[in-house]
Amino acid sequence: MFKKMTMSSLLLALTMMLLLSGCGGGSKANNGTADAGSNASSGANGAGDKQVTLKMMHLWPAGSSAQQNKLVTQIIDQYQKDHPNVTIKTEIMENEQYKNKLKVLSASNELPDVGITWAAGFLEPYVKGNLFAPLDDILGGGQLKDKFVPGTAEAYAINGKTYALPIELNITPIYYNKEIFAKNNLQVPTTYEQFKQAVDTLAKAGVEPIALGNKDRWTGSLWYMYLADRIAGSETLKKAMDGSGSFEDPGLIQAATEVQNLVGMNAFNKGFNGLSNDEGKSEFMNGKAAMYLMGTWEIPNFTTNPDIPQDFKDKVGFFKFPTVDGGKGNVDSWVGGPGVGLFVAENSKVKEEAKKFVEYFVAKWGEQSVKDAGVIPATKVDTANMKLPQMYVDLLGELNKASNITLFADVQLKPDAAQTHLDMIQALFGKAVTPEEFAKKHQEAVQAGK
Amino acid sequence: MDKVISNKRVIALYVVPSLLLLLGIVYIPIILTGYYGLNKWDGISPMIFIGLDNYQALIKDSAFWQSAYHSLLLAVFSGLSLIGYLGIALVLSGKIKAANLLRKIYLIPMLLSSVAIAQLWIKIYHPSNGVLNAFLSSLGVSDPPSWLADPKIVLFSLFVPIVWQYAGFYILIYYAGLKNIPESLMEAARIDGASSWQIATRIKLPLVTEIIKVTIVLSIVGSLKYFDLIYVMTDGGPNGASEVMASYMYHKAFRSFDFGYGSAIGFFLLLICLIATFLIRKATASKDTVQFH
Repeated sequence: MFKKMTMSSLLLALTMMLLLSGCGGGSKANNGTADAGSNASSGANGAGDKQVTLKMMHLWPAGSSAQQNKLVTQIIDQYQKDHPNVTIKTEIMENEQYKNKLKVLSASNELPDVGITWAAGFLEPYVKGNLFAPLDDILGGGQLKDKFVPGTAEAYAINGKTYALPIELNITPIYYNKEIFAKNNLQVPTTYEQFKQAVDTLAKAGVEPIALGNKDRWTGSLWYMYLADRIAGSETLKKAMDGSGSFEDPGLIQAATEVQNLVGMNAFNKGFNGLSNDEGKSEFMNGKAAMYLMGTWEIPNFTTNPDIPQDFKDKVGFFKFPTVDGGKGNVDSWVGGPGVGLFVAENSKVKEEAKKFVEYFVAKWGEQSVKDAGVIPATKVDTANMKLPQMYVDLLGELNKASNITLFADVQLKPDAAQTHLDMIQALFGKAVTPEEFAKKHQEAVQAGK
Repeated sequence: MDKVISNKRVIALYVVPSLLLLLGIVYIPIILTGYYGLNKWDGISPMIFIGLDNYQALIKDSAFWQSAYHSLLLAVFSGLSLIGYLGIALVLSGKIKAANLLRKIYLIPMLLSSVAIAQLWIKIYHPSNGVLNAFLSSLGVSDPPSWLADPKIVLFSLFVPIVWQYAGFYILIYYAGLKNIPESLMEAARIDGASSWQIATRIKLPLVTEIIKVTIVLSIVGSLKYFDLIYVMTDGGPNGASEVMASYMYHKAFRSFDFGYGSAIGFFLLLICLIATFLIRKATASKDTVQFH
């Protein structure tokens, strides 16, 4: 009996060891192939005909950003055709998820070879952590030299080196539904007083004046930024952001008060603090809300996107954020800036290939985004021989005569201060803080410098 | 047989694989998290050792204590909901018609992923197009609440889907426990003239006490570290009104790039869960378990 048991337990142990070693062997084999892959790719840099796989992560899902998604696929297909040895794998996530995933991946040092980043404060920790490769060589290289609109590539420079190349340039107009405006006998407002009257008229008529999804918080931030710009002036706002001025400037406090006045007038759709930007946007897209303040990346949805009905697209117009009487702001000052840019991971095993792809991508994006996607690239556009939607041409014109572009607050501020800003925005809109507390919290966060 | 089992080497042999897994996946990361909590670390640049600063800041952090209070509320709420689950399981285990069908219906939410449940309830709660508010409007409520945007009610709006999500799980556990009670006991009781109510409270409940204890620990500790639905449905908002400990940890680590502080919160959360488990075990400990054999 005893012998039998020992025998069987030994056998069991043996099986387990086999299993275990099987697992171990498996992972070893994986490592092996990974090594082989990187060897092959580093060889490819020299020879240029070995197989290379580039991983790219971007944030334009086919559902919500159809035009951009199509464009990315198109450029990748072309690149793969021109470079048969290169395979590009993409991973696509929606904006918020994308930001989160990027942080998780960077914490474990597993960034994709090529990915999307934002400028300034967002970029800084990644650069400090040595995760992004400097791209000055391709910025000054044959395909891209002097191609960028001044000020766009610079937003991605830290300590004199450029760590990402912008592909978008955005400003944020107020889109409005012409039909709703006409029904309520409203004109496009040019002063803030007129704007408030329009809001009041719409609210009384039972129409949602403004579509807003403030769960994402940067959406509400746009309203504060504009009011701050129009009342206190862009210099005051800029100084408050970089810490040399103060958020407790009376003009900036007044801007926060105005936000709460708008909320008090029922200017925004019901329950905005619990809705995501997409849900907020759908109020506008369904024709239930009259206005929507958003970046020019939405232009395709109002012009070229075939999934949106033409009769809705015909109804959409835009206007500039009106000026406030007695305010220091200029009507041609915009909130916006270079949207997203492409980075190359510092520890990418195929860095040279990745850089080549980025160079190609940015150049092609500049040529094709205008015509095919209807978004504004960060590279200079020659629209002379192109037939473009009127809204696109108009906004491009506005962009060219802009007196100032204030970068989005959550991108401009450092990560911790940006979070305070975003939380405070939600609190301000929800009337959970007074404008004075709002200003004080901002001031503390900016002064803390992290 | 006994000889083999008491052989030290054999014991070691049997224990080692799962021990290694546990060490690698659970215990070592816990220790590391505790260590990260002693550092100033943004997750990217090198760590700077700062001792207990993070923990000291945590104790003074009112936002954290607010999130802890929300977690505690959720724990109480899910603890109380166990009574309801037990009641349903008692009814189901009795000989009622359609018990089988009902059991399956209760189990369905458990088969859905958290994100699907979250999306479903986001639609239900939508302030103007949602089913709930449409229903309330049809009843004549003139200004139905914005369930996920009003800081006063958002937490309770979230509790409902959370409780709904886990109903099937606990009902199933109770149901299995109740079904395990030998029919002969009930029969004996019935012959002695016991009513259904007496059978339920005097025989069935005492026999599932152990199971009840386990579910109390599961639901309370599970609530303390709850994350998913809240993250998807409100992301802790508006303005922290639905922030719980786990989501606060996530926001500090991944949004504010403060992995040191995030780790400190995580470690603290672990301590709270351990203490809660200990207290519940203490409170529910009885000297002898009930047996009718």
